[in-house]
Amino acid sequence: MKRHLISAADLSRADALLILDTAEELASLADRPIKKLPTLRGRTVVNLFFEDSTRTRISFEAAAKRLSADVINFSAKGSSVAKGESLKDTALTLEAMGADAVVIRHGASGAPHRLAGWVQGSVVNAGDGTHEHPTQALLDAFTIRRRLKGLSGAAARGEGLDGIRVTIVGDVLHSRVARSNVLLLSTLGAEVTLAAPPTLLPLAVGSWPCAVSYDLDNELPKSDVVMMLRVQQERMTAAYFPSIREYSRRYGLDVARMARLPEHAIVMHPGPMNRGVEIAAEVADSARSTIVEQVANGVTTRMAVLYLLLGGTEFPEVTQ
Amino acid sequence: MTADHINGQAAWLIRGATVIADPAAGEGRLTGPADIIVSGGSIVAIGPGLSAAGARVIDADGLIALPGLVDMHTHLREPGREDAETVETGTAAAALGGYTAVHAMANTEPVADTAGVVEQVWRLGRVAGHCDVQPVGAVTMGLAGISLAELGTMADSAARVRMFSDDGRCVSDPLLMRRALEYVKAFDGVIAQHAQDPRLTEGAQLNEGEMSGRLGLAGWPAVAEEAVIARDCLLAAHVDSALHVCHVSTAGSVEIIRWAKSKGWPVTAEVTPHHLLLTDELAVNYDPVFKVNPPLRTAADVAALRRALADGTIDCVATDHAPHPVEAKETEWSEAAFGMIGLETALRVVQQAMVDTGLLDWAGVADRMSVRPARIGRLTGHGALPAVGGPANLTLYDPAAPAEPVGYGASKSRNTPFAGMELPGRVVATMLRGSPTVLDGKLA
Repeated sequence: MKRHLISAADLSRADALLILDTAEELASLADRPIKKLPTLRGRTVVNLFFEDSTRTRISFEAAAKRLSADVINFSAKGSSVAKGESLKDTALTLEAMGADAVVIRHGASGAPHRLAGWVQGSVVNAGDGTHEHPTQALLDAFTIRRRLKGLSGAAARGEGLDGIRVTIVGDVLHSRVARSNVLLLSTLGAEVTLAAPPTLLPLAVGSWPCAVSYDLDNELPKSDVVMMLRVQQERMTAAYFPSIREYSRRYGLDVARMARLPEHAIVMHPGPMNRGVEIAAEVADSARSTIVEQVANGVTTRMAVLYLLLGGTEFPEVTQ
Repeated sequence: MTADHINGQAAWLIRGATVIADPAAGEGRLTGPADIIVSGGSIVAIGPGLSAAGARVIDADGLIALPGLVDMHTHLREPGREDAETVETGTAAAALGGYTAVHAMANTEPVADTAGVVEQVWRLGRVAGHCDVQPVGAVTMGLAGISLAELGTMADSAARVRMFSDDGRCVSDPLLMRRALEYVKAFDGVIAQHAQDPRLTEGAQLNEGEMSGRLGLAGWPAVAEEAVIARDCLLAAHVDSALHVCHVSTAGSVEIIRWAKSKGWPVTAEVTPHHLLLTDELAVNYDPVFKVNPPLRTAADVAALRRALADGTIDCVATDHAPHPVEAKETEWSEAAFGMIGLETALRVVQQAMVDTGLLDWAGVADRMSVRPARIGRLTGHGALPAVGGPANLTLYDPAAPAEPVGYGASKSRNTPFAGMELPGRVVATMLRGSPTVLDGKLA
C-alpha cells in the first residue's frame, strides 16, 4: 500500500481487500467490553478540518482513539487558518508537532496532494472539494459486502464485490463520494451505473469505469444497490436543474420508486440527507436503508486505514 | 579610430553565423555561414570572410543569427506588483531569452489605462535598457469592461500605444468590443482580445475534459474561447478593423481563425510556448505551477496549434510571461494564481516543439517570433531580418547546445512549468541597436 490514502485510485484490488478484511477483524472489537487496542499507542493523528463536518471528524477521531493514538483536532474556524494562514504554514506547524498521520478535510480539490508534499507523515483524504472521499467509498464497499454477500469476520476474507450492480444517483459532477465510489467499487468488481441529469455529470464521464444513464426508473429493477447523493439547493440557481421539485420528481427515491427495486436491494446515502429531496423519509427509515449502518462501519473502516498506513502488521489481541 | 570602434562608433564583428536573412535581399542569397559587422546601431556589412580592424569579435560558429525576438504578450507587473517582477528584472529575462522588444500588458496596479501609466512603463523600459518596452493600453477603464479607456490619448502619448488589451479579462460586451475595434482605426490600432466567455468559465480551473472530471476541478470549456473568437472575427470583419487573438489554446479556435483569414479578414493570432508543449495531464498532482489561463489543453489541441503555427494560421509565438510570487503558487490549486513565466525559455521550447519536429525551419522561427509580432504590434525598428543598413537587433542562438534542465533565471519569479525539463538550445547573445544586452548567455 502507498504511504498516503488520497484517491481511491491509489488502491489496488489487493490493497482494498486488505483494508476491508482488516476492518472485519477490527469489527469484532465493537462487541467487546473494552473497545480499545494499544496498536497505535504513542502515535499522533491530526484531524485537520477546513470544512465543518462533524460526522466525518468524529468518525476519524473515534477510529484513532480506539487504536490508542493521540488525537489532535485542528479545525479551521477560530484557528490561525481563519486568520489567513496558508495551508503550507499549517502543514509546517503540524510537521513541527510530529504528526504521524494527518486526516484532512478541505474545500479545495487536491489540497491533500499539496499537503502530502509538505509533511512527512501519512496523509488521509477525508474529502477534498469535488474530488474524492476514499474512506467513504471504503466504508460503502464494506457495507455492501456485509449486506449483499452476507459475510462478516474471517468468512468475508478476500471476497470482492464481483457482479454486484450499484447505481449512484444524483450530483456526480460535484460529488467526491461518487468519484471515489466509481473507482473503488469498479476495482472490487462491481458494475457501477451513474444515474443523473446530464448537467450533473462530468463532460468526459464516458472515460470512467462505469455506465451512465439519464433514466433512474430504468436502472432500478437491475440494481442491487442504490446510492443516493446529496443534492444542494444552490445547484438550482446555477441552472443545473429547473427546480428542487423537478429534481426530486425525476431523480428522488420515493416509496414508489423503491418498489421497483429487487427484493434484496439496499439503499445507501453518505449523509447528510435532504429528506424529501433526493430521498423520501419513508425510504431513509426503511429496512432497505443502510444509512445508520454506514456510520458504524465508518469507524471500523477508518481504523483499518489508520492501522495499515501507520505500519501495523498484525492484531495479536484480535486474532488470538 | 579607437579599438572596437569604427568612425567613433562601437563596432562588433560577429563571425561565422548562419544568418536568417530576407531571401529577396542580397543577404538572402548566402549559402553558408557569414560574418556580420555592426556599428552605430546598424548592420554595416554581411558576408563571408569580413574583417573589421579594432572591432570586438563574437565567435558565432554554429550559431544562428536571428532578428531580435519580439514578444507580443508580457506581464512586467510594474507598477504595483514589484514583488513578482519589475521592468528591470522582466526585461533582463527577456534579453536572456533573446528578445529585443516586449509588449507590456496593461493589467498593472494602477491599470495602464491612461497616458500617465503607459508613459511611466515606457520610461522604465528605457531606463532598464535590456530591451525595448512597448506598453499595451487597456481597452476599458480599470479593465472593468464598462467604458472605453482614453485610447487616443495613449496613442498620442510618448509611449505611442497601438495595441490595446484588457488581457487577463475578456472584453465580453459585444457592443464595447465593436466600438473599441472601430475607434482604434483612427490611429491604426489593434485590439488584442483575451477570448474567454465569463459566464461559461465561472470558477473555472482546468480545461474541461477527462482531467477536470477526474480531478474534480471546475472545467474551462474550449467553447468559452471559441465562441468569443468567432464573434470577434465577425465584428472585425463588420467594422474592418484589426483584431489580434491572444494565446489561442484550442483546435477549434484554430479552425475559426483559419476560416476568418480565408475570408481576408484583418485577424491575427498568437500561441504561447506552453500551449505548444504542455497538456492538462500535468495537473494530475495539483501543482499550480501548471495553472494558467487559458488552461493547458489536450494533446490533440497541442498538435493543432503546432500545425497552425507552421502553416501561418497562427501568426506568432507570444510568451504570456506572467510572474507570480512564490506564495501565489505554493497553495491549493483553486487558490493559486493563473500564469507562467516564459521569456527565458520561449525559443528553446519553440525549437523543441516546432524545429526539432520538422514543422518549422529557422526562417520560420524568425518570422513567427520577430517579424510578424513586430508587424502586428506596429512596432518600428524591430522585426527586420538582418540586412545591411538595418537596425542591429540580433539574437545569436545555438541550437546544438546539449539539452539541459531548465533552471531559474533573471525573472524575479520562479513559476516556470519547464523547471527541471530538459530543453535544447541556448541563447548566446542578444544585441539591441548594436549593443549587446547578453553575451555568452549572461547579461552584458
